[in-house]
Amino acid sequence: MIPITLPRTVLIAVGLAAALFPLIGATFYIQLGAKIMIMAIFALSLDLLVGHTGLVSLGHAAYFGVAAYALALISPKYEAANLWLTLPAAMVVAALTALIIGFFVVRTAGVYFIMVTLAFAQMLYSVFHDTKLGGGSDGIYIYVRPELIIAGFKPLDLENPVQFYYFTLILLVFVYAFLHRVLHAPFGRALAGIRLNEQRMRSIGFSVFAYKLGAFVLAGVLAGLAGYLAACQFGFVNPDILAWQQSGLVLMMVILGGMGRLHGAVLGAFSYVLLQEIFSAPALLGAYAKHWQLGMGGLIVMIVLVFPHGIGGFLDIALRRISYRRPSGARTDGT
Amino acid sequence: MTGDEILKVRSLCKSFGGLAAVDDVSLQVRTGELHAVIGPNGAGKTTLINLLAGDLPTSSGSILFREKDITKFPTARRSRLGIGRSYQKTNIFLGFTVLENCRLAAQSRAPRPLNWWRDASSYGDEMKQARRALAAVELADRTDDIALALSHGEQRQLELAMCLATAPQLLLLDEPLAGMGTEESQKMVDLIGRLADSHAILLVEHDMDAVFQLAGVLTVMVNGKVLATGAPAEIRANREVQNAYLGSSDEIL
Repeated sequence: MIPITLPRTVLIAVGLAAALFPLIGATFYIQLGAKIMIMAIFALSLDLLVGHTGLVSLGHAAYFGVAAYALALISPKYEAANLWLTLPAAMVVAALTALIIGFFVVRTAGVYFIMVTLAFAQMLYSVFHDTKLGGGSDGIYIYVRPELIIAGFKPLDLENPVQFYYFTLILLVFVYAFLHRVLHAPFGRALAGIRLNEQRMRSIGFSVFAYKLGAFVLAGVLAGLAGYLAACQFGFVNPDILAWQQSGLVLMMVILGGMGRLHGAVLGAFSYVLLQEIFSAPALLGAYAKHWQLGMGGLIVMIVLVFPHGIGGFLDIALRRISYRRPSGARTDGT
Repeated sequence: MTGDEILKVRSLCKSFGGLAAVDDVSLQVRTGELHAVIGPNGAGKTTLINLLAGDLPTSSGSILFREKDITKFPTARRSRLGIGRSYQKTNIFLGFTVLENCRLAAQSRAPRPLNWWRDASSYGDEMKQARRALAAVELADRTDDIALALSHGEQRQLELAMCLATAPQLLLLDEPLAGMGTEESQKMVDLIGRLADSHAILLVEHDMDAVFQLAGVLTVMVNGKVLATGAPAEIRANREVQNAYLGSSDEIL
């Protein structure tokens, strides 16, 4: 069976490293860190469908995008929006979008599911691209980030890159822990059953449609959280954030990191964003940096060929080797 | 002791294009009764089970379960009403442990889809129900093994245990002895015999020794139609059945 997370010691170490990371002080890297964590939340949400339920969606950017647009459209132009209002509102918009689209798409399976999720997402792309609803192809700027205020006190100032970094870190930890819980709960076990054998799930009495739709909506809500954060960080939204390239990007992250593992989604987002930075850095690659997609694509193909279960799968095997070595070492001592 | 008619099938038909796979089949199953359906390959026995379990939609006719018309009910709803089925080709969750296969089956009786704060394995009732089902099929010592690692016979036992973990009143068993060795077969026959005391069972099986050992009522199907229904002794004596299916020689019976 696939371990869906890493050993607790490793997680705590990674969490500590992430918490200490802003001490390096360079704003560029702190913002890059926040971007990685936002993409990690996005990838975690997609993996709930792809890796844990067996539904390969190629339209997941739709929920990321509508939540981002929701923030842009309800934010006042020159003052800060209230986070307690706008974040739940954006997630509700993502949930409703996922509920409506999911109602139609989860009836299909396999390649048809891939095609209809893609088709619905492209429909939404057209709505935002070709109408004035969200500023057309130019998108909308969000001049001021939302404010987080608890009883008149502002614990985190999201305009500050370091504090925004910690805000996304807290949310990533929350989403990771939340999904860990959900996957161990009866709901998550039913999703695992659906992934392995849908027909058998029906014959032992599960309403497979309802479970798939539930997973689809939950994944949409969490993608919406990522979209909201992305809109906060970048300060603008445009139709590209719900285009198929964005859906493909997050799917690539999930595959690169290893499907069906919470740490896989995080690793996938981390590796992808980092590789993209390296391959597109003129300081490192000079004129070749312009053609970063060539090198990056080649490397991803290589990684997937060498590690069929992604980087996360490779890590699982490596960790298992380390924990096996100890007892076998003890045995040789004894003889 | 046999009780009320728990399952009533009236003029059930299923056609695939021009082919009538199940053609005007009517039968009843009572609680505490094992009703076996026999017939040559292609007689429509598995199709009949698929229709009763809801895995295939019916073309016409009706299915009444505990006086309720379930003809249009989806598979999951029939299962929740108390119809459990096993498959001819082993159909289990190969990647799960033996216990998890049965626990998940038991979970369907108390699904708790929105309770996310407790592990699925922390619900004692379902765990108990799963272990009881595994004990009934004598797999209690394999609970922590991955289902993939079981032998064919053990996988057949697990298939049945999953069905039992849903606490069904009616069991639809599709060739539970398929591909089993002699010793395994006998164990399975004993088990089905014990289950027949407390469940209504519709059994499709090719092993005639097992069928005549277990069945209280026999239905013979040929080419989608019911040729004869009756007690084993009547079926044995029926000329038509002998000609059509059992062979003209009397000694095989």
